[in-house]
Amino acid sequence: MDDSATIAVVGASTAGLAAAGSLRARGFTGRLVMIGEERFRPYDRPPLSKQFLTGQWDSDRLALPGADAPDLDVDWRLGVGATGLDAASRTIGLADGSELRCDGIVLACGASARRLPGTLGVPGIHVLRTLDDAAALRRDLESGPGRVVVVGAGFVGCEVAATCRTRNIAVTLVDPLDVPLQRVFGAAVGAVFADLHRSAGVDVRTGVGVAGFDTDASGRVSRVRLDDGTAPEATVVVVGVGAVANTSWLEGSGLKIDDGIRCDPSCVAAPGIVAVGDVLRWQNPVFDESMRVEHWDHAFASGEHAAGSLLDPANAGPLATVPWFWSDQYDRKIQFAGRIAPGDDMVVVDGSLDEHRFVALFGRAGRLVGVLGMNRPRHVIGLRPRIAEGITFADALAVFA
Amino acid sequence: MKVTVDYDLCESNAICVGIDPETFEIRDDDVMYIIDEHPDASRRAKIEEAVRRCPKQALAIIEE
Repeated sequence: MDDSATIAVVGASTAGLAAAGSLRARGFTGRLVMIGEERFRPYDRPPLSKQFLTGQWDSDRLALPGADAPDLDVDWRLGVGATGLDAASRTIGLADGSELRCDGIVLACGASARRLPGTLGVPGIHVLRTLDDAAALRRDLESGPGRVVVVGAGFVGCEVAATCRTRNIAVTLVDPLDVPLQRVFGAAVGAVFADLHRSAGVDVRTGVGVAGFDTDASGRVSRVRLDDGTAPEATVVVVGVGAVANTSWLEGSGLKIDDGIRCDPSCVAAPGIVAVGDVLRWQNPVFDESMRVEHWDHAFASGEHAAGSLLDPANAGPLATVPWFWSDQYDRKIQFAGRIAPGDDMVVVDGSLDEHRFVALFGRAGRLVGVLGMNRPRHVIGLRPRIAEGITFADALAVFA
Repeated sequence: MKVTVDYDLCESNAICVGIDPETFEIRDDDVMYIIDEHPDASRRAKIEEAVRRCPKQALAIIEE
């Protein structure tokens, strides 16, 4: 594309910024427009549940340095969402009624926090996805709540529970499965997280669902009713029950929507259109699996890869990655590389679950598919490329023998 | 060039080690260290990638 071309990035996000930076680094000299529904330039989301929520950091610390780089030369359209797309003509409709016709489009529109029925607009009930979400929750935590009830013991829920304990706030953590993070890591590792949070004073209530929310006379949340008949007091509720890909605005666009934007292995959704980050669904050749990945590292990797696919589709290769993420809870650092599913074999190869410091390997059909470290970062990063190479489970175990 | 790490930011997530194990390493204490603060110019592309991909933006290249 020459310097008269226009590329629009929909989503002023980590993935969108990585794509934009990579387009410039690959020599794109045309007009680059970044469209963001939020009014902020791209910012770093992982600290929202950690340093920002504890009060250690203010929002100026969340800025991503690349967003202000002068050579990025971006025409920012912030505070205005995209409302529609015609893929054939590469025309984007914006919330202010304007249209933008493009030569190339990067779809980096991300995901939104899933909400529970009857919680929208109830004072005291929060989700945590955006800076505005985090700022509202932080204000409630700073007002000295009696008890925070966290609904959902996934990563957001677990990190919020840990942050609340760091602020010495009473917390109840509720999840319908038997242990926290069970869907991610299985029952044995999940039990470690239950233990970790209980040791820190969290009231962990697992195997129990939410039946509803009680409010006081002012309409503010006061209790969470659980389906075991109990109803813990709740000054503040945080709902962390996953995220939904932001694709509703793409209905009728001509793109294939299937829990994300279905792309070819090189992240191309249609001629001149790529998708990146949380909203990308593609066939990852490393696992021979169609996947959608919501991690920070993936935002970056897919953004840079898709920029290449957009500028030079004839030579675009597949995005072949081993997903990787981290989580911080109390003084534990959790890192994981791979792609695991219920029923995978799991072997602790270093340290032990009891001491909350270990490396665990996950295998499926004789192949290493995941490596998890708790306060053991070295082996996770060391084995990540070996997963991509297809190392057998036996060979991976032998590394630790 | 000189490669630096800000340990107030670094959390030893080790993404840099994965990108360039000749410049960055995790030692037995689980902390990330820079093996060679003055690497050869031939390593620049890898190190720039590590700087860009650091989840904490804790790495920097200082031109000398």
